[in-house]
Amino acid sequence: MTIGLEHFLTVSALVFSIGLAIALSKRNAIGVLMGVELMLNAVNLTLIAFSRFSVSERPVTGQTFAVFIITVAAAEASVALALAVSVYRNRETVDVDQMNLLRS
Amino acid sequence: MVFAFYVLSAITLVAAGGVMVSRNLLHAVLFLILTFVGIAGFFVLLSADFIAMAQVIIYVGAIAVLVLFAVLLTPRAGRDNGETKLLLRRCCCRSASAAVFLFVITTPPPGPTELRQTLGASALGRALLETWVLPFEIASVLLTAALVGAIMLTRSAEEEAEDALA
Repeated sequence: MTIGLEHFLTVSALVFSIGLAIALSKRNAIGVLMGVELMLNAVNLTLIAFSRFSVSERPVTGQTFAVFIITVAAAEASVALALAVSVYRNRETVDVDQMNLLRS
Repeated sequence: MVFAFYVLSAITLVAAGGVMVSRNLLHAVLFLILTFVGIAGFFVLLSADFIAMAQVIIYVGAIAVLVLFAVLLTPRAGRDNGETKLLLRRCCCRSASAAVFLFVITTPPPGPTELRQTLGASALGRALLETWVLPFEIASVLLTAALVGAIMLTRSAEEEAEDALA
């Protein structure tokens, strides 16, 4: 049996689901970020699998998209971790359940 | 190919589950690095060599170290994830995964596709700098903005006062 597109898509969906579960269930803000990174990685895997297995005029477009997703993920991670450190300086916690300053 | 695929899937999924269940955030970061390496292996399997190298350098080399630093810079924050209520979220994630599985199983597999051999790094560079040059430049502007924003956000009040005096 050969490995086809659907195998990669299944693994990618599983990693995405685990990332979603992490992002929803962790209480530490840095843990939530780890889930987001896992989800972005799963999307990258999907894009590259499609770029490998699909018949198109320019098959390298999927890889180009993956490069941009990696760039945006790096920017997002740096800003979000800076936010976490900044919140920790002011509140001594990075627990997302306790960041309720705007709750009326 | 088949053997490598299944070994990589096992490594990636077990490591992702380890991120989920590990109570200590430092262990979660180490599992996260293992997941990134596994996905880089998938990229090699899919003949995307440049993306695999970029994955290892950026995710493992930069983002994981950044997360590790953030964990270490917030020492007195709660790292325990023990009393989280997981039931509803677990049910949502399970049903979403089950829906995807059902879709994948019930969809007839696509026919054998002919594979083009234009997936190398040179083709990627050509596409980035010819067709997609405008998004490429926008991405560089975004990276610069993120750099400046991260520095601005993490400055302390004393440093800002010093800069105001200078």
